[in-house]
Amino acid sequence: MDWNLLLTQFLNGLQLGLLLFLLASGLTLIFGIMDFINLAHGSFYMVGAYFCATLTLLTGSFVLALLMSVAGVFVVGLVIEASIVRRLYQHDHLDQVLVTFGLILCFDTLVHLIWGPEGMAIPLPRLLDGQITVGSLVFPTYRVIIIVSGLLVAIGLYVLVMKTRLGMLIRAGASNRVMVSALGVNINRLFMIVFALGAALAGLSGLLIAPITEASIGMGNEIIILAFVVVIVGGIGSIKGAFFSAVLIGLIDTMGRSYLDDFLKLFMSIQNAETAAPALSAMLIYILMAVILAVRPQGLFPPAGAR
Amino acid sequence: MKDYLPSTLSGIAYTGVIILLAVMPVITSALGQGFYLDIFSRIMILSIAALSLNLLIGYGGMISLGHAAFLGIGAYCVGIPVYYEIYNGWIHLGLAIVASGIFALVTGAISLRTKGVYFIMITLAFAQMVYFTFVSLEEYGGDDGLVIVLRSEFGNWLDLESAVVLYYVIFFVLLLTLFFINKLVKARFGRVIVGSKYNERRMQSLGFDTYRYRLVCYVISGILCGIAGVFLGNFTSFISPEMMGWTRSGELIFMVVFGGTGTLFGPIMGAGIFILLEEWLSAITIYWQLIFGAILIAVVLFGRGGIHGLLTRSKRR
Amino acid sequence: MNTLKKLLTGFVWACATLGYTVASADSVKIGFVTTLTTPAGVIGQDMVDAVNLAIEDIGGKMGDLDVELMVEDDGFKPEIGKQKTDKLVKQDDVDFVAGFIWSHVLLASQKSALDAGKFLISSNAGPSQLAGELCHENFFSTSWQNDQTPMAMGEVLNQQGVKSLYIMAPNYAAGKNMVAGVERTFQGKVLGKDMTKWGADAQLDFSAELAKAKASGAEGIFVFYPGKAGGAFIKQYQQAGLQGQIPLYSVFTVDSIALPKLQEANMEGVLGSRMTQFWVPDLDNPQNKKFVSGFKKKYGRYPSFYAAQSYDTIFLIKRAVEAVNGNLDDKDGMRAAMMKADFPSVRGKFTYGNNHMPIQNFYLREVVKDEDGVWTTKTVSTVYENHQDTYAQDCKM
Repeated sequence: MDWNLLLTQFLNGLQLGLLLFLLASGLTLIFGIMDFINLAHGSFYMVGAYFCATLTLLTGSFVLALLMSVAGVFVVGLVIEASIVRRLYQHDHLDQVLVTFGLILCFDTLVHLIWGPEGMAIPLPRLLDGQITVGSLVFPTYRVIIIVSGLLVAIGLYVLVMKTRLGMLIRAGASNRVMVSALGVNINRLFMIVFALGAALAGLSGLLIAPITEASIGMGNEIIILAFVVVIVGGIGSIKGAFFSAVLIGLIDTMGRSYLDDFLKLFMSIQNAETAAPALSAMLIYILMAVILAVRPQGLFPPAGAR
Repeated sequence: MKDYLPSTLSGIAYTGVIILLAVMPVITSALGQGFYLDIFSRIMILSIAALSLNLLIGYGGMISLGHAAFLGIGAYCVGIPVYYEIYNGWIHLGLAIVASGIFALVTGAISLRTKGVYFIMITLAFAQMVYFTFVSLEEYGGDDGLVIVLRSEFGNWLDLESAVVLYYVIFFVLLLTLFFINKLVKARFGRVIVGSKYNERRMQSLGFDTYRYRLVCYVISGILCGIAGVFLGNFTSFISPEMMGWTRSGELIFMVVFGGTGTLFGPIMGAGIFILLEEWLSAITIYWQLIFGAILIAVVLFGRGGIHGLLTRSKRR
Repeated sequence: MNTLKKLLTGFVWACATLGYTVASADSVKIGFVTTLTTPAGVIGQDMVDAVNLAIEDIGGKMGDLDVELMVEDDGFKPEIGKQKTDKLVKQDDVDFVAGFIWSHVLLASQKSALDAGKFLISSNAGPSQLAGELCHENFFSTSWQNDQTPMAMGEVLNQQGVKSLYIMAPNYAAGKNMVAGVERTFQGKVLGKDMTKWGADAQLDFSAELAKAKASGAEGIFVFYPGKAGGAFIKQYQQAGLQGQIPLYSVFTVDSIALPKLQEANMEGVLGSRMTQFWVPDLDNPQNKKFVSGFKKKYGRYPSFYAAQSYDTIFLIKRAVEAVNGNLDDKDGMRAAMMKADFPSVRGKFTYGNNHMPIQNFYLREVVKDEDGVWTTKTVSTVYENHQDTYAQDCKM
């Protein structure tokens, strides 16, 4: 057993999980509080990456661009909520799926129109572009940054949800929607803020991954399905659930990619194992979700009092 | 009288569509537009798939986001035997019915324990598993898919290699499907399914085992979609896992909603408009998806009830 | 009733004659199927740009005939590629179907074009099936068979004394061919291999795989990541600190599409990295000089190899059309003319094998800065001369 490799893969899995958490935390709030299925959540992930790429080139500072982009995606979220999403709270899930599917098409094509098909790279400052060495472990600095920011946001969200008035309303909304509106809270404003907050978190997630891959069209469409899995496994509306299930799924995915082929080689040809392993590790996640849905449909950590 | 007029309008429209489909090969060959025969073949295949999904969504209130899996299973039931040089179409059809039936029975039995959004997600999960299974099947092309060198053989008198023959076979299957679904929803079975969509408790208290009814409905729907898959495989002469991705399932839902959920003919109109829009818009501009997406949003926000709804609008009000 | 009948007949007749006049117009119709949407659209755009440049360079004429180009987007999907090919064949009645970036799209579309008796010219995809058992008299390639380029790379690795290798490629037709190619010629040990998810939603984060590559202790890493995945891979390779530890040997990964973005992101690790290919922007022949300088002038960037192959496609078709003096029904004459491969190609002189895949040279190339400071590639040496793919023997032609 190569412990160094295991530790590296653990960190890789944690990093993927935390990115997923950033994306899923907004999704689970929107889902839990507004009972709204937002397939277009991945579009905010993409828009965040493109904003950040453009602003990094304009301002020359990644950090400055990051802050401006998150604010920018927050505004985009506000606009989308007020113009389209708001009309759909009363509709059934089917309509929501369709409209947000249409939104994905619109966002993807708009990005193609504005930025062209080729995608954009985000240059990192030298400081973040290297590696951190601890003993014999060498890990990319930037991935450490992602892990740290993911954890910071998780703590921030925890404080927001548990210690503030807005958080109290969010918690109340997730477990009993009718109750909150009955209390005379301006429910429209609450929904708008939660939606835009979720969008901003998705944007943050997208712009954090972009320096590793790049900003590209449709980058949110695959990961959004994974984010939904996170939401379902964790329990709809639960931030805590989203956190643990995101990390769990990040680890399953990474560990599957790292070790499953060696495992499969024990009982199938090397050639078949090499091609079957990535598909199987992708499948593991859906098996996990199906099992949880069949056995414990409310998820691992359902919000208190929900359903 | 006033009440009947609009539905007669839709009745005329639907009869027109069937007649139009019946004479389509004559029209396309007269106009020298052989390509449109292919387009309409594809529309009819996806119509069968959408009709089967409508049985779940429209009548049963079960929103499945994994229906494309059945399409893929059906298509692979042609591709894999052909790979082993078994060309008999009856074997392909039989295999597809058995395979999609068993898959529907097993996944349905688990999925139907859940409701609403959980049902959406669990059907998606099962479809993704099928998708990744075929991606990992190296022997059958994995990600690249399989070329189907020869189409299914149903005897000498029925040569599917001819575009017109294939067209009429699909047309015949479409008519059969329509006839079958019409009978099914009007029978007691259909009334229980629709009844439990609106008030499951009531149906249960009337002594119906709604879970069992739904499961049967799910299996029938899966088998119908598997049959559509057999023809999709034959039509494209090629299959790949890409054809059963979750976006394809989303497109099928779109066809159902666009046409009008829970109506007999809606899915056919939905499939037709979906594919024609895709074909025409993509010929105009590579940015066609923007228009397509906008139409999608507009239909849901402003055009409730789909095309069928437009045709019967005055009746509703 | 009678009037209606007359009207209908008249309408049908009018349409039929209209169709006839269009078909007999004095033009060569070329259908070009490529990917214009999805992130892979950047490759398709490069190809279409090159085709347009080629048509401009020949004055829009092949012999006496006008060139009519119809570009279709396959959306990266085999099924759509087939539908677009059907449209080109049945509705537009093109004389040539060309283009095709992706092996699976080409495999899904080939039957539609070939069954209709059209010429099918691949401007990029080179799946082993079409080079071998599925080869066809009307199929030609202006690119290469997938295995050839990595085979040349395997040869280079042997020459440089690399003893062990870690392999990474996407899990689709071309990826598997590339891996098969390098494994065929590389004589050292393969310490590990990862086939990653591909398609419209390809895996772009290679953290787990790079960690495995590093832990394997291989002396080199061989990768094939075309399009945007190439840029993503190079960045992560550098971020993971593998540069200088495990030298990178790639095919079709660092191209003129990836390089500008890598330069933008200051990924200097890619400078000096080596790859094999049948074509290099600095190849010394008149056609290539005309092509590269023309492309840079018109579009302000270096052409990619996709562009080079597409540029060649037009000149190959031109040669065929001129050989039969514009008589497009003379399929045999056009086929014979294309077989000769005597059109001016950007790769210089080459010949066609029995399977209509090029028998051509393969070069080792290196990433350098040009005189303007722009990152590009230059020729280091010739690895193979007149190399033929191994699937040619499976082709019964």
